[in-house]
Amino acid sequence: MNYLYFWYIQILSKYNIPKIFGDITFPILPFCIVAAAIIVAVLFLVLAERKILGLFTQRKGPNRVGIWGIMQTVADAIKLLCKQNVDPRGADKILYNVAPILVFVPAMILWGIIPYSSEFVFMNFSVSALLYISIAALPVIGIILAGYSSNNKFSVIGAIRSGAQIICYELPMMFVLLSIVLISSSMNLKDIIFSQLGSFSILNWHIFPCFLGFIIMFISILAELNRCPFDLPEAESELVAGYNTEYSGMRFALFFLAEYATMFVMCAFLAILFFGGFLPVTGKYISEMIFSDNQFLQLFIYIEQVIWLMIKTILLVFIVMLVRATLPRLGSKELMKFSWYVLLPLSMLNFILIAIIKFIVDGGAI
Amino acid sequence: MKNSSVKINIGPQHPSTHGVLRLIAELDGEEILSIEPVVGYLHRGIEKMAESRSYLQYLPIVDRVDYLGGFFTSYAYCDAVEHLLNLEVPKRADYIRMLCMELNRIASHQLWLGTFMLDLGASSPLFYCFRDREEILSLFEELTGQRMMYNYFTFGGVRFDVTNEWLSKVSDFVSRMPKAINDYEKIITLNPIFTQRTVEKGILSPAIALQYSVTGPNLRASAVELDFRKNMPYAAYNDVDFVIAESNRCDSYGRYLVRIQEMKTSLDIIKQAVLYLKNDSSDYTLNINPVNIKVPEGEYTSYVESSRGLLSCYIKSDGSGKPYRVKWRTGSYYAVQVLPEIVKGLYYNDLIAIFGSLDVIMPEVDR
Repeated sequence: MNYLYFWYIQILSKYNIPKIFGDITFPILPFCIVAAAIIVAVLFLVLAERKILGLFTQRKGPNRVGIWGIMQTVADAIKLLCKQNVDPRGADKILYNVAPILVFVPAMILWGIIPYSSEFVFMNFSVSALLYISIAALPVIGIILAGYSSNNKFSVIGAIRSGAQIICYELPMMFVLLSIVLISSSMNLKDIIFSQLGSFSILNWHIFPCFLGFIIMFISILAELNRCPFDLPEAESELVAGYNTEYSGMRFALFFLAEYATMFVMCAFLAILFFGGFLPVTGKYISEMIFSDNQFLQLFIYIEQVIWLMIKTILLVFIVMLVRATLPRLGSKELMKFSWYVLLPLSMLNFILIAIIKFIVDGGAI
Repeated sequence: MKNSSVKINIGPQHPSTHGVLRLIAELDGEEILSIEPVVGYLHRGIEKMAESRSYLQYLPIVDRVDYLGGFFTSYAYCDAVEHLLNLEVPKRADYIRMLCMELNRIASHQLWLGTFMLDLGASSPLFYCFRDREEILSLFEELTGQRMMYNYFTFGGVRFDVTNEWLSKVSDFVSRMPKAINDYEKIITLNPIFTQRTVEKGILSPAIALQYSVTGPNLRASAVELDFRKNMPYAAYNDVDFVIAESNRCDSYGRYLVRIQEMKTSLDIIKQAVLYLKNDSSDYTLNINPVNIKVPEGEYTSYVESSRGLLSCYIKSDGSGKPYRVKWRTGSYYAVQVLPEIVKGLYYNDLIAIFGSLDVIMPEVDR
């Protein structure tokens, strides 16, 4: 972050612009980077999802627009942008227009909290893990508003389902996060990553003491993302499209964008909590081995850290897509039962186990 | 309690009503209080059409009664006309018809399985089913020139003879198919989410099933062993060995198991039919001129076990070149009517799953 800041100030001073101006406008820069990154990531994810689903179901996937269908998502985006925005009759105009923004903005903030490399964190708070999980729960407000304001019964059912789902699956998720915080003794995402740094390389990752927690967290994140098998709020065979039935054009695109953006960032969150985030799988940075006497070594390490995080995230995203290709949708009753009867007790058990492990490892120090 | 209920109109344009069924549902939260099916959005007057057409002119239309089971409807119509004309269909033709109908049954069940799983939210099985269904459709295309509306059976036989190459293609397909069915079962049968959604859901008790005259796999899944291939054998079903698929679970899961079992049964029948046809070189048609046939006065009802239950075609003839009255009885119609009985008290998403499990297609309901 400091690198970016000094680089920015330097450029400004070249044109004799006072430093105070740079200080004020600097936060805009990460915002632009995040916005660009989200768009690139979503374009990539949508294409990847369609290609992967095609692979699993023995189809080709998109292959007409551009080589290997690369431009397909771009074409879709242009189509969505050009479409008319329809306000349904009887809809609550203000809420109806605000809802997609309320869904999209938290997704964007989440991207800012993720530490991409040890120096590249846009918003570094001491409790960023807690902040992350609180903001991740915000889009449901937008979803409920969208359902409520659409003046459509299908939308309302979808929205209510979404609300119920979030309440059910937020709790196990919090318990797992709590156990991670317990292991790493910090609520800062960067510190959580560094606590996974140790002499045993990948054996130090939190996935090993907390495997049960990872499974619970993964399931809860699927539920929070409204992804299959928890896609009840937008179950197309039951509710047409759920809460976004009435949305079209750019407003629909915002929902769509938010879904994929959140999916990516949630997988990054998982990678940070359980798989060492930007720490290398190899134990030692590859750039350390290759460019050991280069003056830009530190910069190379930062870039490599970003790449490691991306690799881990993309692998997790792949698993999310694999789940979608395999499983049918849960019933709404079964969904509640599964959370309250299975996941919540298990996550508490996981928390207790972690506490005991921590107690033993620390030699009885509380 | 009354005030908290919501009336919701599902369809006629809805992704999972398999056509244009309209359901008026009264929901309390997600719980279903009552449901009322409204049919008739796909009425094409197929029965009335018969009265202004000659027997031959009506023949291509009967395929449209059930677009997924063209061979069943053709057979029901041809069988009725042949009985009125007192024609004895050659053995070879009977075997060819049976072979086609059983292939058709597999194709129909595959499409059902795909769309049923889509209703449950799983997208992959649809593609697996369509991949294998494609092979059957290619076989039909080679034999009849059509992939859906075959117009292949005719009065006194079939239009074209089957060749030995075609038969060996069929036996190739039959040898590949058990693996494909195994694939479906691997991804579906023991899937915990699938069993949660279907076991003990949509219980259709034998009494209610008989009261509503539900037939076909739905009835056999309710522990009533009624299969017109066995009970009132037609075509060549008397000469082949097969076991009726049956389940006493009475729920959606039972209906799924019965249909999977039925695909395997059909494969057995096809195997035997192919064996017979390969060693037989008799005539495949009576070679009568179907144009302007005069059917003697009388009436007849044919019974066919289609993939969606009992399909019967009633024809009343007044001695002229046109039928006086044609009446179709199709399995899906009764399956729709029984829906309100079996979804009461369940949740809204169970409604879609149960409706999917009944295997209803709308053109058959409305005709």
